[in-house]
Amino acid sequence: MFKKDLGLFLLILVVGTAVAIINPRFLSPINLSNTANLIGLFGLFSLAQAFVIITGGIELSVGSIIALLGVIFVDLIANVGLPWQAAVILVIVIGVIMGAVHGFLITFMRLQPFVVTLCGLLIYRGIARYYTEDATAGFAFGQSFPTLEWLTAGRTLGVPHSMIAFILTAIVLAILLHRSVFGRYLFAVGKNEEAARYSGIRTRRIIIAAYVICCGLTALAAIYIAMYTRSISPASHGNFYELYAIAAAVLGGCSLRGGEGSILGVVLGTILLQVLQNLVNLLGIPSSLNFAVMGGVILIGVLADQQLTRYRKSRLAGRPEHAAHAAPAEKAVAE
Amino acid sequence: MAGALLELIGIGKTYPGVTALDGVDLAVGAGEVLGLIGENGAGKSTLMKILGGVTEPSQGRIRIDGRDYASLTVGDAMAGGIAFVHQELNLFDNLDVAANVFIGREPLQGGWLKLIDRAALHTQVQPILDRLGVDFAADTAVAELSLAQMQLVEIAKALSLKARLVIMDEPTSSLTLSETDRLMRVIADLKSAGVSVIFISHRLNEVERCADRVVVLRDGRVVGELDRGHLKPDAMIRLMIGRDLKSLYLPPARPPGADVLELSDLRTATYPARAVSLSVRAGEILGLAGLVGSGRTELARVIFGIDPRRGGAIRLNGEAVALAAPRDAIDRGIYLVPEDRKRSGLLLDVSIAGNISLPDMLRHSTAGIVQPESETRNAERQRESLNIRTPSVASEVNALSGGNQQKVVLAKWLSMQPRLIIFDEPTRGVDVGAKNEIYGLMRQLADSGVAILMISSDMEEVIGVSDRIAVMHEGAIGGFLDRSRFSEHNVLQLAVGNRLN
Repeated sequence: MFKKDLGLFLLILVVGTAVAIINPRFLSPINLSNTANLIGLFGLFSLAQAFVIITGGIELSVGSIIALLGVIFVDLIANVGLPWQAAVILVIVIGVIMGAVHGFLITFMRLQPFVVTLCGLLIYRGIARYYTEDATAGFAFGQSFPTLEWLTAGRTLGVPHSMIAFILTAIVLAILLHRSVFGRYLFAVGKNEEAARYSGIRTRRIIIAAYVICCGLTALAAIYIAMYTRSISPASHGNFYELYAIAAAVLGGCSLRGGEGSILGVVLGTILLQVLQNLVNLLGIPSSLNFAVMGGVILIGVLADQQLTRYRKSRLAGRPEHAAHAAPAEKAVAE
Repeated sequence: MAGALLELIGIGKTYPGVTALDGVDLAVGAGEVLGLIGENGAGKSTLMKILGGVTEPSQGRIRIDGRDYASLTVGDAMAGGIAFVHQELNLFDNLDVAANVFIGREPLQGGWLKLIDRAALHTQVQPILDRLGVDFAADTAVAELSLAQMQLVEIAKALSLKARLVIMDEPTSSLTLSETDRLMRVIADLKSAGVSVIFISHRLNEVERCADRVVVLRDGRVVGELDRGHLKPDAMIRLMIGRDLKSLYLPPARPPGADVLELSDLRTATYPARAVSLSVRAGEILGLAGLVGSGRTELARVIFGIDPRRGGAIRLNGEAVALAAPRDAIDRGIYLVPEDRKRSGLLLDVSIAGNISLPDMLRHSTAGIVQPESETRNAERQRESLNIRTPSVASEVNALSGGNQQKVVLAKWLSMQPRLIIFDEPTRGVDVGAKNEIYGLMRQLADSGVAILMISSDMEEVIGVSDRIAVMHEGAIGGFLDRSRFSEHNVLQLAVGNRLN
C-alpha cells in the first residue's frame, strides 16, 4: 500500500516540476495558495467518498448534496437569520440523515448503492432548484459573518483554512480508518462481507455508518464550498463533484470492488487532480479539454498500477507455492 | 456389451494424492435406464464430468458407437448424443422456454443481420414439448416455471439435441411427489423411444422404480451391479457400504455432561414443514450425518444466527435464546466453522493475526483503537497450540495450505470462550496429516467441556470421530445412533429415510 502512495507522490512531483519549468507562475504564492484552497475543498468530500468505496459501495449524490445543502445553508444564515453555528449543525445533521437513509436502503432494503445514490443525485438536485425557484442563492450586499468567513474562507500566513480543515480531517479519518476497530471492520466488510458477518461483525451497521460519515462530511464540504463561492446557482453548483471524488479515491488506490484504500492515497489523489487542473490552466491548454486530461491521467495511472501489481505478483509467485509444499514435507520428517 | 451405445473401459482418474476413479467399466445399451448410485464422494460426479467432456480421464477409453476416445471434449459429448440434466439447472430465467431450448442454436433469418426467427423457433420447439406432455407454453418465461417444469425444459433441450443418452444427476432432489411421478413417466417414454438414461440418485426407491439395471460405485470403483429382478434398497445399500473404515476414534476423557444446546421443533426456511429436535451435551461430539441437501448446513446457519428460525426454540444451557445475528451467537459462545472457509471463514488477503482477532476486536483494542501487539501475541499463542505452519503470523492467509487455513478459522474461536462449536465439513480440502490434527483438537475441546456438533458427509469421519450420530433426512432428524449401533449401513438407512429395525 505504501509503495502505491510513494508512486503517486513521485508522479505529483514529476508533474509539478514539469509545470513549474514550463510556467514558473505555478510556484507563485498566489497560485499555490489558490491551488491549496481547491485541494482542501475537493479533498473534504473525496475523503468522504473513500469510506463508502472501501465498503464496496459508491456515493453518486455528492454534487447534488453540495448544491442542496449549500443553498439551505446560505438561506438559513442570509434570509432566515439563524445563527451560523446553529445552521452549521443543522446542515450537518441533514447530511447525516441523508447518509443514514442511503445506508438503510442499501442494507435493509437490499437496493444497489449505484441506484440509491443515483436517485439521490436526481432528487437533491431537483429539490435544490425548487427551493430557490432556480434562482441563485447568495448573500445580500454588505452582509457578512466574520468568524464563519474566517473559519472557512480565511487564510493564515497564506495557508487557506479549507486546507487546514482538510488536513485535520484527514488525520482524524486516517486514525479512524487505519487504527480503529471500526476501520478494521470497514475493510473486513469490503473485502468479504460474508466472512465479516460470520466473524460476528454487524455488517449492516458498518455499511450504514460509512454512508453517514460520507454524507455528514460532504455536508461540511458543502458549507466550505458555499462560503467560497458565496453564490450558488442550484442548477450547476457542484455538478460532477461526485466524479472528482471517485477519481481521487481510485487514483489513491481505492478499489471499486471494496476492501482497499488509504487516506494518504486519497489525499495524494486529490492533490494530483488539482495539480492537473492547474496544469491545464497554466500551460494554456484549452480549458474545454480539462476533463479529457483528467480522464487520460487516471486511465494511465490505474493501468500502470495494475501492470506493476501483476509484475510484482508474478515475481513473488514462487513463494506461497513453496510454503504450501514445505508443510507436508515437514510433517513427514516429524513423524 | 454388444451394441452398447456408450462404453467406458477401465476409466481411471487420479488427482494429486487422490484416486477418484479406478478402472471403471460401464456400458449403457440403447433404450436402457441405468441407475448409478454410491455414497457422497464415491466418484459419481467425476465420472459424469468425464462423460460431459469437462474432465480428462487419466486412463481408459470411452467408446461411443464403437468409436474409441481417450477423452471427450464438450463437442464430442454433444455430437455423440450425450446430454445432461444437471442438479443445478442451467437455464436463463429471463428468456422463454423456446429460447432456452434452442439457446446458441436459434434458427436465423435476415441473412447477415442474423435475426432470430421467432416463428420457426416456436414451431420447432412445440413438437418436443408435446412429446414430453408439458403443461406450459413455449413462450412462458422460465422464471415463472416451477423447478420440475424447468427440469422438463432441460430434458426438452436434451431431446432437441437429438440426444440418445440423457444423464440425470439427482433430478428429483427438489421435486414434489407428483412431480417425481411425472418425471418417472417421462423417463419411461424416453426409454420406449429408444433413448438411454443414466439416473443418478440418492433416493433408492426412485432408482428402484425406474432403473433396468443399477451400477454401484464405491471409492472410485464399480463394486457391484444389480439387475431389474434384484433391485431392492437393502441390496443397494449393502453394496454401497462395506469399505474398510480406518479407526479414527479417540475416546472422551469422561462421560458427557449436561445439555449445552437443545433444539426443540426448530424449523428452517428450507424445510419449513419439518422440525428438528436434538441436543448436544458438554464434552460430546455429536456427528450430524445425512445426504447432501438434507438441510444440515441450513440448520447450522439458524443456530449461528445467520438465518432466522421459522419456529421452535433454541436453548443454551437450559435458557431459551433469540439469535438475530451471528454476533448474538458469538457473544453466547456459539461458534461456527463454516463449510466454505474461503467464502465465509476467512479474509484471504489479510494477515493470519488479523483474521484470528476479527471476532474478538474488543479484547484487542483500547478505547476503540486496535492494539496490534495484542493481536500478534494472541496469534502467536494460537500458532503454537494449533501448530499452524507459517513463517510469520503477519503473512496473508492466502499463502497457507487448506489444512492450515482451517486451523486459522479454528484459532479465531479458540482464543475466545466456546460453549458450542459447530464444525461444518471440518476437513474438506484438508490433507491427511492436518485432518488427524483437527480431529485431535476437536477431542481436546470436547474434553475441556465444549459441546461439538460436527456436520460431515464423510462416512469415515462421521463414524470415526463422533460419540453419537444424528442423521438428517429431508430437513428432519431421521434417527440417532449410539456408538454401539454405528455402521455405514445404519447411517445410510436413516439418511435415505428408512427406519432401523
